[in-house]
Amino acid sequence: MFHHLRALLKYRGLIQTLVARDLTARYRGSVLGFFWSFFNPLLLMAVYTFVFTVIMPGAHPADIQPYGLFFFCGILPWTWFSSSLTESANVLISGGNLIKKVLFPAEVLPIVSVLANLAHFILGLPILAVLLVYYQRPLDPVELLWFPVILVVQFFFTTGLALLLAALTVHFRDIKDILANLLTLWFFSTPIIYSMQMAPEGYRWVLNLNPMTHLAISYQEVLFHVGPHGHWKWLLAMGGVSIVVFLAGYFVFDRLRDSFAEEV
Amino acid sequence: MKNAIDAVNVTKVYRKYARKKQFATLKSALLSGSLVSELRPDETFEALRGVSFSVPKGCTYGVVGRNGSGKSTLLKCVAGITKPTTGSVFVDGRISALIELGAGFHPEISGRENVFINGIMLGLTKKEIQKRFDEIVEFAELKDFIDAPVKTYSSGMYMRLGFAVAIHVDPDVLLVDEVLAVGDQGFTVKCLDKFAEFRRRNRTILLVTHSLDLVEKFCDQALWLDRGKTHGEGDPKRVIAAYLVNVEKAEEQQLAKEEAVRVAHAATESQPTADEQQPHNPVETAEAPPDMFKATEGRWGSRELEVTSVTIVDGAGTPSHVFQSGDPLTVRIGFRAHAPMRDFVFGFGIFNGDGVCCYGTNTNIDELEPDRLSGEGEVRFVIDRLDLVEGTYKFDVAAHKLDGYPYDYHRQLYTIRVKARRKDVGIYRPPHRWEVTGQVTFREPGSGFKRSTDDAQD
Repeated sequence: MFHHLRALLKYRGLIQTLVARDLTARYRGSVLGFFWSFFNPLLLMAVYTFVFTVIMPGAHPADIQPYGLFFFCGILPWTWFSSSLTESANVLISGGNLIKKVLFPAEVLPIVSVLANLAHFILGLPILAVLLVYYQRPLDPVELLWFPVILVVQFFFTTGLALLLAALTVHFRDIKDILANLLTLWFFSTPIIYSMQMAPEGYRWVLNLNPMTHLAISYQEVLFHVGPHGHWKWLLAMGGVSIVVFLAGYFVFDRLRDSFAEEV
Repeated sequence: MKNAIDAVNVTKVYRKYARKKQFATLKSALLSGSLVSELRPDETFEALRGVSFSVPKGCTYGVVGRNGSGKSTLLKCVAGITKPTTGSVFVDGRISALIELGAGFHPEISGRENVFINGIMLGLTKKEIQKRFDEIVEFAELKDFIDAPVKTYSSGMYMRLGFAVAIHVDPDVLLVDEVLAVGDQGFTVKCLDKFAEFRRRNRTILLVTHSLDLVEKFCDQALWLDRGKTHGEGDPKRVIAAYLVNVEKAEEQQLAKEEAVRVAHAATESQPTADEQQPHNPVETAEAPPDMFKATEGRWGSRELEVTSVTIVDGAGTPSHVFQSGDPLTVRIGFRAHAPMRDFVFGFGIFNGDGVCCYGTNTNIDELEPDRLSGEGEVRFVIDRLDLVEGTYKFDVAAHKLDGYPYDYHRQLYTIRVKARRKDVGIYRPPHRWEVTGQVTFREPGSGFKRSTDDAQD
């Protein structure tokens, strides 16, 4: 297994090229092209801001103001996470030709999905910067050092799950269908549209069991809330969890690898 | 010399029903090393059964065999795309597999970008592709379209580009699975030239194909697979000869079986009506079809004179259904007359697969005056040279009166297959040769890999 992991480094060039292909191919043929990477989160933010400030103005407490910015801090990484998983669940089946007909390292495909979505995430950051300037939210440069750490933790966590889902979907195609609903449940179990303080006292422990909770809170601490990053202990614990998830995901993937060519 | 490919006792077991009984639980999915170990034998299919072979470096190795004999599975095992269930495959050097051309192409992006991505997928670096890019485009004959999205390509363009990239990977071991059918004649020749260049540079080629010509002309060694087992290995000429004999035998059996079914069918259909108890009114009960030359297979007639057996035999007198073009052929027609008669004609006709009458004659046309006939006997229609082009042909055999009133008409009940190494077209092959004067020369057959007009032997 570790032998295979090391081989991944060899595929750097391949992964790079495929991510670039994904990005260029995605918006090929659309009028706005790359701008969709900016517009999509912006439109999503507009929808939720409309719902929570116009339709249900009382639904969020005064301490998360401006609400749009708060939501944006959470939805951006969440979109990275959920699109990566949705794509990964399908990626081996849609890339079946590669696996069946060409000698091709299959794990590259889910990793490419995660990285391509990471690229979209990063493309969304300038909008976040514009919003921060617009709302005159100063960023603490020391706190900002945490940002890459959160990114890395989320990357390993997402990749682990992506590998797991990609491998299992080959054998259990039902996963594709249940995944959308699970992700919706997961989205609402993560403090993205609400803050942790709004959750009922008795249920907070449930939310705390959700790894994405700590990632979302970390992003919010660094980008939204003024003051020091108070969530770093949780984040480091999450770091451990994400390594375990990554290794477990890779282990399952590796075990099922030989069956892909026949089952896809 | 060191071997480029060593396959030892390779067995590959597939699940027969793709998605029937999968892992019962996730746990069993992770714990069971082999996917098929728990399955009962009736749920599995052995695509390869203990196949061993080795290919020395620089050798061109052909694999032939009928559909489903495991050729492609073998190639996939060598390519490393699937692992053999038991046994091992060792390959020395970089492999490029021409199994599915353009497998990694993305339809939305341009041919140029796809060349780079595909090349990297096949193990090249960006720089290497850069260096070979013009050559690849040149080879694929796609200069004007290389910047168009691949989705706008025709399937031929797509394949050519895929082939061009794969062949420019410059592998040590090239695996080819029946991909030479991708272009026009010119492109095929170019591919073969490229293969020849590979050979000159002492690279190894493993070629899976149905084109026996190619194997015979091009390969140093050949392997014949039959239902997953090695059936022969060695000199291509010998292997192919043995394979052809086997194919003909199988065809022979198939044709004999079909013929038996057809004759039995025709007999049961016509028996109750064309009974000899009602000879006074035979036409009503067993009427001939209105248009004789459009009729499909069948049997009709009054049976006053009955054709009891029809046997097609070769020059040695052995019943046969498969003939080489130019072979002698004899049709033996056994008959039985229920009463002595003076009005009788025996007829014979050949139809090709399209139902076109290639030839027809009868004893009357051939100016044989009927004199008398009684009891049992045999009439033989003897052809000294069956100069037909390759194809399937059906025979009519008939006994009737001079005015056409049918005694026993067997319509297209007998089938033979004519084989020819030369793929000439049409129906009839007159014995012929080419003569030239002036500044025209032809290359000797077998030199180079280009197909010339006179390189087959039969």
